[in-house]
Amino acid sequence: MQLEYFLLLGAALFCIGIYGLVTSRNAVRVLMSIELMLNAVNINLMGFSNFLDAGEIKGQIFTVFVITVAAAEAAVGLAIVLAIYRNRDTIDMEQFNLLKW
Amino acid sequence: MTLAEGVQIVSFGILAIMMLGTALGVVLLSNIVHSAFLLAGVFLSISGLYVLLNADFVAAAQILVYVGAVNVLILFAIMLVNKQEDFSKIPGRWIRDAATAVVCFGLFALLSTVVLITPWAENTVSPAVIENTVVTIGEHFFSDFLLPFELASVLLLMAMVGAIILARRDLIPEPVEKQETIATSLTLPERPRELASLGDSTD
Repeated sequence: MQLEYFLLLGAALFCIGIYGLVTSRNAVRVLMSIELMLNAVNINLMGFSNFLDAGEIKGQIFTVFVITVAAAEAAVGLAIVLAIYRNRDTIDMEQFNLLKW
Repeated sequence: MTLAEGVQIVSFGILAIMMLGTALGVVLLSNIVHSAFLLAGVFLSISGLYVLLNADFVAAAQILVYVGAVNVLILFAIMLVNKQEDFSKIPGRWIRDAATAVVCFGLFALLSTVVLITPWAENTVSPAVIENTVVTIGEHFFSDFLLPFELASVLLLMAMVGAIILARRDLIPEPVEKQETIATSLTLPERPRELASLGDSTD
């Protein structure tokens, strides 16, 4: 096993997340794509922690912090989606232009 | 990790294929409920990868937090905004999708080039793998990462309060009589918010 495998896997997952973030029209799917990107970052951190820093595993600490922030982000993001849905009666990302002009 | 090298390679391959397949399913499937369940598959595969990386505690935390909390939260959100709406067609949208795909592929090519040409300072003689990662993580949390650890709890509290405030219905003290708003160019196309007075709490 090598470090490069995990880094390539993380890069692939990150790119899939970006594609979903930009192209999806459902607001909930955008949140799912953000979760994918955060998980890609976690894979990178864990790979570095295991292969370059096996003595004191600081990468795992950072991964735990990222998991914490991701949970908070999911809660707030879904609350925002619910509030917008209640006001605008749609979850189409193309129609969320409140701050556009 | 006491597994043989071949077993590690094979399980890494299976987990990687599972993860990429389910991630593509999350992004590309049209049914949002299928996407939400495939997202659990992504999280479980990533947890298996963590086990391969000698991180048992984080693998357990991944399953608990992501599959147990975040994924269930997303399923609840899908149920709450359960609206079968056909998105209106936008002309020229496939150009945007194709451009995004090209950009993502280019980014992946760039990242993989960087990963492959960088000489990682990998110590070939790996030090003894930490037997009990929970003890080590706990020591880090309560010595040199104490401040971020405490700040994380404050962040979670703030996120909880913020989510409750954002998601609850607005309470407007007294029902103002309906006034016909003149639709100007600045009027947002919002539907009128149902008025709930503070007195009756039937809601």
